[in-house]
Amino acid sequence: MARKLLLEKAHVEGIRHFDVYRREGGYAAVEKALKMDPAAIVEEVKKSGLRGRGGAGFATGLKWSFLAKPEGVPRYLVCNADESEPGTFKDRYLMEFIPHLLIEGLIVSSFALGSNRTYIYIRGEYAWIVGILEQAIAEAKQNGFLGKNILGTGFDLEIYVQRGAGAYICGEETALIESLEGKRGNPRIKPPFPAIKGLWDCPTVVNNVETLAAVVPIMNLGGEEYAKIGVGRSTGTKLISACGNINKPGVYEIDMTISVEEFIYSDEYCGGIANGKKLKACIPGGSSVPILPANLLLKTAKGETRYMNYESLSDGGFATGSMMGSGGFIVLDEDQCIVRHTLTLARFYRHESCGQCSPCREGTGWMEKILHKIESGKGAMSDIDLLWDIQRKIEGNTICPLGDAAAWPVAAAIRHFRDEFEWHVNNPSLCLTQNYGLAHYADELSVVA
Amino acid sequence: MVKFSEDKIKEVEAIIARYPQGKQKSALIPLLHLAQEEFGGWLSAETMDYVASLLSIESIEVYEVATFYSMFNLNPVGKHVLEVCQTGPCMLKGSDDIIGYIKSKLGIGVGETTADGMFTLKTVECLGACGYAPMMQMGMHYKEHLTPAKVDEIIANCYNHK
Amino acid sequence: MAEEIKKLKVTIDNITLEVPQGTTILQAARMIGGDVVPPAMCYYSKLQGSGGKCRTCLVEVSKGSEADPRPMPKLVASCRTGVMDGMEVKNITSPKVIDARNGVVEFLLLNHPLDCPICDQAGECHLQDLGYEHGKEATRYEFKRRTFDKHDLGPYIQLHMTRCILCYRCVFTADQVSNKRVHGVLSRGDHAEIATYIEKSLDNDFIGNVIDVCPVGALTDKTFRFKNRVWFTKPVNAHRDCKCCSGKVTLWQRGEEVLRVTARKNQWGEVEKWICNECRFEKKKVSDWVIEGPTHVNRHSVISQGHYEKMKKPTETFSKVHDGRKPKLLMDIHSVSEVNDPSIDLSAINGPATSKVFEHSKKQS
Ligand SMILES: Cc1cc2nc3c(=O)[nH]c(=O)nc-3n(C[C@H](O)[C@H](O)[C@H](O)COP(=O)(O)O)c2cc1C
Ligand code: SF4
Ligand code: SF4
Ligand code: FES
Ligand code: FES
Repeated sequence: MARKLLLEKAHVEGIRHFDVYRREGGYAAVEKALKMDPAAIVEEVKKSGLRGRGGAGFATGLKWSFLAKPEGVPRYLVCNADESEPGTFKDRYLMEFIPHLLIEGLIVSSFALGSNRTYIYIRGEYAWIVGILEQAIAEAKQNGFLGKNILGTGFDLEIYVQRGAGAYICGEETALIESLEGKRGNPRIKPPFPAIKGLWDCPTVVNNVETLAAVVPIMNLGGEEYAKIGVGRSTGTKLISACGNINKPGVYEIDMTISVEEFIYSDEYCGGIANGKKLKACIPGGSSVPILPANLLLKTAKGETRYMNYESLSDGGFATGSMMGSGGFIVLDEDQCIVRHTLTLARFYRHESCGQCSPCREGTGWMEKILHKIESGKGAMSDIDLLWDIQRKIEGNTICPLGDAAAWPVAAAIRHFRDEFEWHVNNPSLCLTQNYGLAHYADELSVVA
Repeated sequence: MVKFSEDKIKEVEAIIARYPQGKQKSALIPLLHLAQEEFGGWLSAETMDYVASLLSIESIEVYEVATFYSMFNLNPVGKHVLEVCQTGPCMLKGSDDIIGYIKSKLGIGVGETTADGMFTLKTVECLGACGYAPMMQMGMHYKEHLTPAKVDEIIANCYNHK
Repeated sequence: MAEEIKKLKVTIDNITLEVPQGTTILQAARMIGGDVVPPAMCYYSKLQGSGGKCRTCLVEVSKGSEADPRPMPKLVASCRTGVMDGMEVKNITSPKVIDARNGVVEFLLLNHPLDCPICDQAGECHLQDLGYEHGKEATRYEFKRRTFDKHDLGPYIQLHMTRCILCYRCVFTADQVSNKRVHGVLSRGDHAEIATYIEKSLDNDFIGNVIDVCPVGALTDKTFRFKNRVWFTKPVNAHRDCKCCSGKVTLWQRGEEVLRVTARKNQWGEVEKWICNECRFEKKKVSDWVIEGPTHVNRHSVISQGHYEKMKKPTETFSKVHDGRKPKLLMDIHSVSEVNDPSIDLSAINGPATSKVFEHSKKQS
């Protein structure tokens, strides 16, 4: 059984409440941290090797060290609980079941960064979780862990929950800041980066829920101990939300040494493909990252076992690999149609584009229309090439990474499943009633040395 | 006249107090949520102008925001809004069939409201419940692992608790 | 002691120059001028916060700076990227830039109605210029073009939303130049539009400047006296004593009539001084103005086709030249052009307009 650092206590009866959480050892990290120098906490986080769990995987300690500290200007920490990347529902799980872990992480992190007013920006649809978090905040405050002069250290902190209102783009950190300022969620043009000019033009750090919760075990264990868990630059544990055609969808905390195969087939995790079907494809890190056919998912192009960690999942780059992303693990069985699945994702990105920049505003809709055409048996071969050309012209040319996130799933689907697209074109009526099936996508690949 | 009750005004003040002085515009989205709940499940121009006046901002600043976010209804909706997720992971688990089932059961299309004003059907994009698919949002809550039988039950419940 | 302003060395398409700190790549390119200047559809030097959105000005930074010579991984928006000392930039010398820019232009034109024949902006439209330079002859887009509900913005300003490229300039202008903003960008993504939400007039003072900043024909002057083509009108610089603004304008004249008043624009198509609504909309008599002389039209657009400046005045009278024929070109253009048939609303046609559309309507009439 793998080691759990975040969800270990998530199912203890009453853990949502302060008393139980405290009895189980909660808030020890706060007691420890508030006696330290804030810079020393940043050092511990650096040593831990923690990488942002929101999707980009940027080193958290390094990010914290970039925060500007001009005299007389407040600094802010904002917790990104917007969680809207299709396939991702891990932050929700953490907040729903063990809210005090996040609050504890926020107190430590706010102290380290010098934020006296910290916001949790939560997606508007998670309405009931707002109540859970506000309850936890109130309890922490009653017990002297929030408010003025926390534990007699002179440190003041208030945490507020801000609800979004339905916009994936508000997960992008500068769009989130705009939204928190009461504006449309239009990403800002960078530079300046939030570390210099963020919320209300003050230096700001935006971190994911899981990232900030992981600060608690880092405090408790010490950065070096934390870094010993996992492998290489994939330290600590990672929450994976698994969904799609598997027997046991849900949220799992993994130590990043297990293989993809174990994760899918072991009873401890996904429990295999549902209904005795075969694995066809998987998007391992949330809808934005490249989809891989079964054969490239389980083994790298070099024929090595693929593991559930940052390095191994991206082994082979975009040509033959994917990404850890947000940990949204979407599994497709042999009956699923790649074109149709890609179409729903294209629709998603078109729907969620803020519309500020022309390649994303116009290109996402165009891709959706062409995919729809192919999916409904009206496509031509040239449409596949056109699709490729459109995604190529969006990628890298937009204000924020949503443009890339829209381009990549389309690119990867064509890269690995081109013959399925062509089959739709060649079988305009058959494709309306039948799927391409597993085809050769699970066949052993010949390894090129 | 659109106007919050005294209690709600206290809530509004508490929300504004979450932000530093002069940054009251940050309260806009929370206030629009509150207004939508209070004033019939949607935001009329009058409601939005009222929110603008509470925050001392221009009406257009409210319109810009209200039209950006998908949770704000800009037209009247039914008493219950069924928002069914249709993104990839839910599609893999049969969301299209659920949408089809609701359509035929209620005799309405997506974006429409039943004649008795009870239900509005909407499709939405991933709500972060992909592992519990197919699913829909109803007001403040999620209804997950949907089946036709479960949909029947949910709809029947709405009529029973009218 | 005054601090010496630090000069930074930057090389754009192999041309090196020194610029003050705080200069953007686009500004530096404009100092060089000519072909190395990237096209800019959304940036406007007089509007704070503008730029970064249209992506036409993307350039390649092949060397970041002397201190950190690494190239930048992505193309950057030259209008919003500051010059660093030793930076090397490629614009027209970069195949990547040319490729990306062709893509951006295609995206911008994707849902554009291409109704130039009936657009007041035709001839002074930056998108038209851009399309000539970078566009393909045929569109690869075969779907219905986007349409919008019509909004009335009052007596002064006409909105054709289908032509809008969402540069946000008019929003910044209303915020920064006029005293109140009643219009904005509503909805999001490919539905985003310029609108007021509920019917409202754009009539507060200085709001007329949105017409001048709009790079396309989305916002035009409703008081423009005739549906005339700009290249048949004659721009002259003129001024008047105005209590609100500088009163320095360009008059677009035909004979003794003032068809339209605009602010004066510099070589980048940017307004030199904002003008008030009274000057723009109410002063339509030559006698309202002191004429200074012909406007120097710098942009290589169709406006300069007229070459009014150095033109010798013909000695013959008009009627003599026409010798009994009616001078059709200066008359109601609708009567001579089927493309301008008023019964056809080009912007309402789904998909590219074809000759069939016109044949059909001819048969009907
Ligand atoms: C379109 C888009 C959506 C994003 N959505 C989220 C999100 O829902 N949650 C999140 O934590 N990060 C999201 N991110 C990443 C954030 O911009 C940011 O990198 C992250 O919050 C940083 O936190 P971390 O370093 O702890 O991962 C998104 C990024 C983009 C471009
Ligand atoms: S890439 Fe898309 S979402 Fe991001 S700023 Fe541009 S239009 Fe908005
Ligand atoms: S109306 Fe004109 S100025 Fe305003 S956003 Fe559209 S193109 Fe830009
Ligand atoms: S795809 Fe439906 S909840 Fe995520
Ligand atoms: S001019 Fe630079 S992005 Fe538009």
